[in-house]
Amino acid sequence: MSVLKDFNFMRARYLFGAISAALVIGSLVLLFTRGLNLGLDFTGGTLIEVHSVEDIALENARSALDDSPFSGAVLQHFGSAHDMVVRVAPQQDIQADLVGQLVFEELQKSMPELELRRVEFVGPQVGDELRDESGLALLMALGMMLIYVWIRFSNKFGVAAVAALFHDVIVVVGVFSLFQWQVDLTVLAALLALIGYSINDSIVIADYVRDTFRSSRLTDPAEVVNDAIRQTLGRTINTALTTWLVVLALQFFGGEAVHGFSLAMSIGVLIGTYSSIYIVCSIALAMNMTKDDFIVVEVSKDDFDEMP
Amino acid sequence: MTRYPRWKFYLLMAVFFVCGLYALPNLYPDVPAIQITSADAGGEVSANTQARVLQTLDDAELAHGEGEIIGTSWLVRLDSNEAQLRAKEMAEKMLGANYVVALNLAPTTPDWLRSIGASPMNLGLDLRGGVHFLIQVDVNAAIESRLEAWTGEVKLLLKDAGIRYRDVEVTERTRPDGEVERGLKITVAEEASAEDAATLITSKLNEFSFKDTDDLVETVELILTPQAIKSIQDYAVDQNRTSLNNRVNELGVGEPVVQREGADRIVVQLPGIQDAAQARRILGRTATLEFRLVAHEFGAGRAATGIAPPGTEIFPFKGGGRPVILRKQAIVTGDEVTNAQMGFDAQSGTPEVNITLDGTGARQMQRITGKNVGNPMGVLFVETKTEVERYVDEDGARQIRNNTTTEKYVINVATIQDTLGSRFRITGLDSPAEAAELALLLRSGSLAAPMFIIEERTIGPSLGADNIKAGFNSMMLGMALVLAFMAIWYKVFGLVANIALLGNLVIIVGVMSLIPGATLTLPGIAGIVLTVGMAVDANVLIFEQIKQSLKNGLTPLQAIDAGFERAFSTIVDANITTIIAAVILFAAGTGTVQGFAVTLFIGILTSMFTAIVGTRSIIELIYGRAGRAPSKLSI
Repeated sequence: MSVLKDFNFMRARYLFGAISAALVIGSLVLLFTRGLNLGLDFTGGTLIEVHSVEDIALENARSALDDSPFSGAVLQHFGSAHDMVVRVAPQQDIQADLVGQLVFEELQKSMPELELRRVEFVGPQVGDELRDESGLALLMALGMMLIYVWIRFSNKFGVAAVAALFHDVIVVVGVFSLFQWQVDLTVLAALLALIGYSINDSIVIADYVRDTFRSSRLTDPAEVVNDAIRQTLGRTINTALTTWLVVLALQFFGGEAVHGFSLAMSIGVLIGTYSSIYIVCSIALAMNMTKDDFIVVEVSKDDFDEMP
Repeated sequence: MTRYPRWKFYLLMAVFFVCGLYALPNLYPDVPAIQITSADAGGEVSANTQARVLQTLDDAELAHGEGEIIGTSWLVRLDSNEAQLRAKEMAEKMLGANYVVALNLAPTTPDWLRSIGASPMNLGLDLRGGVHFLIQVDVNAAIESRLEAWTGEVKLLLKDAGIRYRDVEVTERTRPDGEVERGLKITVAEEASAEDAATLITSKLNEFSFKDTDDLVETVELILTPQAIKSIQDYAVDQNRTSLNNRVNELGVGEPVVQREGADRIVVQLPGIQDAAQARRILGRTATLEFRLVAHEFGAGRAATGIAPPGTEIFPFKGGGRPVILRKQAIVTGDEVTNAQMGFDAQSGTPEVNITLDGTGARQMQRITGKNVGNPMGVLFVETKTEVERYVDEDGARQIRNNTTTEKYVINVATIQDTLGSRFRITGLDSPAEAAELALLLRSGSLAAPMFIIEERTIGPSLGADNIKAGFNSMMLGMALVLAFMAIWYKVFGLVANIALLGNLVIIVGVMSLIPGATLTLPGIAGIVLTVGMAVDANVLIFEQIKQSLKNGLTPLQAIDAGFERAFSTIVDANITTIIAAVILFAAGTGTVQGFAVTLFIGILTSMFTAIVGTRSIIELIYGRAGRAPSKLSI
């Protein structure tokens, strides 16, 4: 700990800035080339989850569906060999909301012991809507954070904090693109929670930076930031650690339904913690943040009197 | 005593006591039960019926509760799921079609808790199993059929006013701004009367506004006003919701949800339902009946040609039988049916549906059948199906359209033996199941507009139970890890934070149980777990500040004061942003994800309270007693 306490964080900011820039660019490239593996919520289609007391052989299930209209279905074990999910893309010639039942009936012909655990059908228009609304929700959240931090702190810190949020969201989404993990609504929930978490971190540091500017003798902005980071380091690490612990508990014991959520969160907490130390402060420094940015301009009474 | 304001202690104790009290019911697990409701809307379960059901259960040696009235239905508790299924079967067999028997869960909350209005948290479908449907109402179809009806009305009005017209037709065009305009186009015989027609119609039917067209003076265009469109939409969606509600009640589901969502959608949630396929079939069907006279003056040969004589229509007979020519005008339709019950013919034992008509329908039936004794009458089955189709338009853009097809066939032709009144029966049904379903559809009322399921989520009961287990396990593990970390790192202060954290959990559960609309879902549990992880942040901030203050040379008590004071604004700032994120998520998300937003929101608020007021109070109890100022803090 004491090694870290003496560490000059801001000296290394150019190195980490370069790493972050590379991460963001890499993520964007991945996003545009590989795209995202969007889940049922966003693409529309049907998902069927079945359970059996015995192991389910995917080949058997595959051949059961080959002669049906659902030969294009994607089959996967889900969590264990006793569970399987079947994903069917939206089909034109079959009444869409019946697909789940029909697929299950086909499977049951050759595997009568199957138990139907879950059917999810999302119509194409609902999928499109959810996709648009989710994108909008993310942008709205980022916008609101910008406004809040702008009002509470200084505009420079606001811009820096929101830039860090973009950084966090883009990198997490980039990791999802790299491994082609499925993005569903719970991942969106994680991204929004992550925005809340990461800005939380930035605000704590901003608070200390403001205090340090006001109360200490330090005048060099880089020194002030260094001091604030050192003061908050214990808190930053401990909070990240506790949050990370519970997210890991969710990931390993929370079941498949919250898997996407906990995966996105566990990456996000790490990225968010790093970015609030490096990205926010580096950008704020790069924008020539000074003591004056934190001092609230007093409004004199005369100004009000002049108003009609 | 302590230096800390006393009212804060009392506030803390009061909040904890109230929330703890309302969190208590969650410790009592629900038991299986059967719920019996009268098939007649608003009907009650008579004492006689109750006694018979209990007697039947006694005879079968099934252990059961006393039975209790909840609203208009009657609930009997049972020991196990198997007993519940057997009891349901027996009750259904005994009570017949007059009562609906549903599987439900009965809370075991003790009476004294129930008397203060405490009840367990609502569990989402992903935790208790069940079906969720999002249904789209095709309001455009409703508008079109309403406009069709108006053409007749307009023609009559024109005739009465002595304005001669060539044609009245329904128009639809897309304005440049993308809005679709619908209305009627009247082509008058003489140019001079065009204005009269416009003034007449807009004065009689205020749903229309007049649209100036300067090119063709003998036509008048009337546009439906936005208010009129909205009222048709509202009517269609509400009417569909009502009949869905009736159908859901017929299905026998405990605590169903049928709610309008947005302008043209309806959400249906059926907790605990086992057979999703049946639910879907009954909810999605838009079948009704029409009774029409057979145009018997035309022989069967004419029907086979497929060319209908004027005023008639040709329909296939069910199952590929000979086509039948029916008159275009219906004597009565499914709309005039007030009751329909399945039954069996006394002689042949074949299934039938006994129908009761309302006053208008009965008079109409009486009038027409009275004049047509000896002539055949046909029963026409009408069903509308809508499918979603994706296609690529000329510009290469992806588009979606709905294909609506109407299927009509004759299920029965019978000779009118005598004048029919308000009650009669129809036969020609294949199976008791078909008869029962038709009776149900007729009872529950017709749909004002076609509709189709655009989203379905079915969770099997075993998956629901697994989800609860997974959620609970991960919460316990996450909690244990955090508690251990805090105790090791911050010692006594860590233990204090842990007490606050546990208190926070009780308060979250209490608040979730208190808010009637709040529902716990699996992502909701994730939200609680996450707030547990993030809640300690406030304490970490405070403790780090105290440590810093101690280092700066303050006395322990001063350090405690300074720590709480300095950390306060930081904590508030930091949590407000998470609250903003939760609110946005609630607005944008659907179903289970909203559950996450709710618990995150509640969790943030309660954790701020416990971390600031809760830990402070406990720390004051330990260190703050007057005359015993500590020289050292265990932090």
